[in-house]
Amino acid sequence: MPKLSVCLIRASLAYLAAGFVMGAIMLADRALPLGGWVIRLRPMHIEFLLLGWTVQLALGVAYWILPRFRAGAERGRASLAWAAFALLNTGVLVVAVGAAVGAPPIAGLTGRCAEGLAAAAFAAHAWPRVKVFGAGPGAGAEG
Amino acid sequence: MLYLVAALALGIVAQTPAASRVPLLRAIWPTYIHLLVVGWLTQLIFGVAYWMFPRYSPEQPRGSERLGWAAFVLLNTGLVLRALAEPWHSMTGRAGTALVASAALQLLAGLAFVVNTWPRVRER
Repeated sequence: MPKLSVCLIRASLAYLAAGFVMGAIMLADRALPLGGWVIRLRPMHIEFLLLGWTVQLALGVAYWILPRFRAGAERGRASLAWAAFALLNTGVLVVAVGAAVGAPPIAGLTGRCAEGLAAAAFAAHAWPRVKVFGAGPGAGAEG
Repeated sequence: MLYLVAALALGIVAQTPAASRVPLLRAIWPTYIHLLVVGWLTQLIFGVAYWMFPRYSPEQPRGSERLGWAAFVLLNTGLVLRALAEPWHSMTGRAGTALVASAALQLLAGLAFVVNTWPRVRER
C-alpha cells in the first residue's frame, strides 16, 4: 500500500472513531441529558463521518487500487493526490470545528472550498488511471 | 444488503401521506438515516476492508478474527436496538436505557474495527 493511501486510510479511521464517539454521546444524551453543548457536536459528527471517514477512505483505496501506469510514475501525478489529502482534511476540520464553536459563516465557506478543491485535485489525479484495461496513450494499465 | 432494503422501505413509508399523521412514522427519520449510513454503508465498508486490506501476518492475515466478529455483532446489536428504541423513546419518553446501551454497543463496534484495521494499513 503506498504511503499516501496509508495516510488517507488512517486519517479516515481516526475520523470514524471520533465520529462514533460523538454519535454515542448524542444518542446517550437523549436518555441521560448531558448538557446544551451536546447539540453542537451534530455538525461535527456528520462532517467527520461523511467526508472525514467515508469519502477519505474511498480516496485512499482508490489511490492504492486504481490501475497503474507501466511507464513513468506508476500512479501518475501523486502531487495532486497529496494536495487532495491536505485540502480535504483542512476543509473537514475547518467546517466541523467552525460549526461547533459558532464561527462566522466565512469559516464554513472556506472549509467547503477546500473540500471542493480536494475533490477536483483528486479527480484530476485519478481521471487518467480510470480506463479500459491496456488502453491509454503510452502507458498500459495493470492491476 | 438487508439494511439497504429496510432503509429504502422506511424511506418509502416516510413519504406516504400517513407519515405526517402517525406519530411512529414521524419519528423514523433518524432511524432511516442510520440504517442506511451505518447498517448498509459503514457495514459494507467494514466487510470489504476486512476482506481486502493487506494481511496483518501469515498467521493472522486479517488481524484478530475475534475483534472482527465483535465489531459485526456489536454493530448489529446496537443498530437494531436503536431502530427499535429510538422511535419508541420519541413517542413515549421510555426506552432510555436501551438507547444508552445502543450508543455504547455501536461505539464499541467502531473502536473494535479501528483497532483491528489500523495495523493492517501500512506501507509494503
